[in-house]
Amino acid sequence: MSMIRVENLKKSFGDLEVIKDMSTVVEEKEVICVIGPSGSGKSTFLRCLNRLEDISGGHVYIEGTDITDPKVDINKVRQDVGMVFQQFNLFPHKTVLQNVTLAPIKLKKGDQKAAEKKAYELLDKVGLREKAKAYPGELSGGQKQRVAIARALAMDPKIMLFDEPTSALDPEMVGDVLDVMKQLAREGMTMVVVTHEMGFAAEMGDRVLFIDGGYIVEENVPKELFGNPQHERTKAFLSKVL
Amino acid sequence: MQTIINAFPYLMEGLQVTLYIFSIAIVLGFLIGLVVALLRLAPFKILNWIAKIFVDAIRGTPFIVQLFFIYFGLNSLGFFSLDNTTAGIVTVAINAGAYFSEIIRAGIQSIDKGQTEAARSLGLNSTQTMRHIILPQAFRRMLPTITNQAIISLKDTSLLSVIGVADLTQEGRIQASATFDAFNVYLILGIIYFIVIYLLSMLASFVERKFVLR
Repeated sequence: MSMIRVENLKKSFGDLEVIKDMSTVVEEKEVICVIGPSGSGKSTFLRCLNRLEDISGGHVYIEGTDITDPKVDINKVRQDVGMVFQQFNLFPHKTVLQNVTLAPIKLKKGDQKAAEKKAYELLDKVGLREKAKAYPGELSGGQKQRVAIARALAMDPKIMLFDEPTSALDPEMVGDVLDVMKQLAREGMTMVVVTHEMGFAAEMGDRVLFIDGGYIVEENVPKELFGNPQHERTKAFLSKVL
Repeated sequence: MQTIINAFPYLMEGLQVTLYIFSIAIVLGFLIGLVVALLRLAPFKILNWIAKIFVDAIRGTPFIVQLFFIYFGLNSLGFFSLDNTTAGIVTVAINAGAYFSEIIRAGIQSIDKGQTEAARSLGLNSTQTMRHIILPQAFRRMLPTITNQAIISLKDTSLLSVIGVADLTQEGRIQASATFDAFNVYLILGIIYFIVIYLLSMLASFVERKFVLR
């Protein structure tokens, strides 16, 4: 069974049709990078995958569960789908440790000790153990984003969604965050990454999706998509960003 | 001076009544405000509507009319009989509740929607998100405005003297006529209110400092 199956996805905001018709499949352990001009619908596409946006048409299956079905317990599905945001969205009134342990303690009914032990392991992994007692306001952007990744991983998700995770960072912070993502990819995490980091897409992507005008215009392995783009729009976009 | 010394124990009794009424009414009022704010923001048009009508009705009428309506109006229907203290508490609570609800609503709406998205993406439901993520942050922002409304409500309790509640103001009125020293009695009365409100705002700024948003 595919981890994610998107069938004829449509999404409108009022009269504005942002996603016209998109279909794709993501297999286990695949890293999919989504690129495209701003306003092309790539973030909206990502946000439909955990139904942060109400889906206007078509189907999205997460591990076989159709999340467009109103009877589906979306909160249960979301526990398996971690998300990392451009603006981090850490909880400012909670410490780093509490940010990471909040969801496991509230949702998995696990005890606090076990959740904290796991949180420290995750903070180790993102290199921020010593910041456990700090508040988000005391961290740099890159540190915030690494905490946000640890927070998402604390629920043991099977899929991780990244919405332009490095776009709000100072250039010197980007590398640390990408390194954490690369490590995750190597460990076999299924990932969908909306990004402007073409280097990351080329290096880590199993496939790259080029989205423009509400459609997936082109979808290929990075070598082909970057080296030998088939569509005019892909060529035009790549000529601007590469 | 002697008149003040004689009147003082009565004023203190009145102060007790005022503080008793205020503390019950403000807690009730806050709970009413929270419920009304959540109704106002609930994803059901009818609930939004009910909440809005309630708030508009309270904001659009004078406190004293609300008090008369509850004490004289509702009692005249004969279904139940509220004593004047209870009617006073209910009126202050409902009145404060309407204003609190607007403060709480604005506080909730001031929290970035990314906070909700982050919480929901982790699998928290909307109630858990509201309770653990949105409300704790919103309350910190609301605290100064909540204090303000609490002070207004405390002062509103003085109007309960009109329906004969033996609160601080009522005791003051009685003492003023009993002692024939209205100037000094009302001066003292004002000073007592001032001190109570001053202590209340000190308490509020202490809480504010303690929960400062980092």
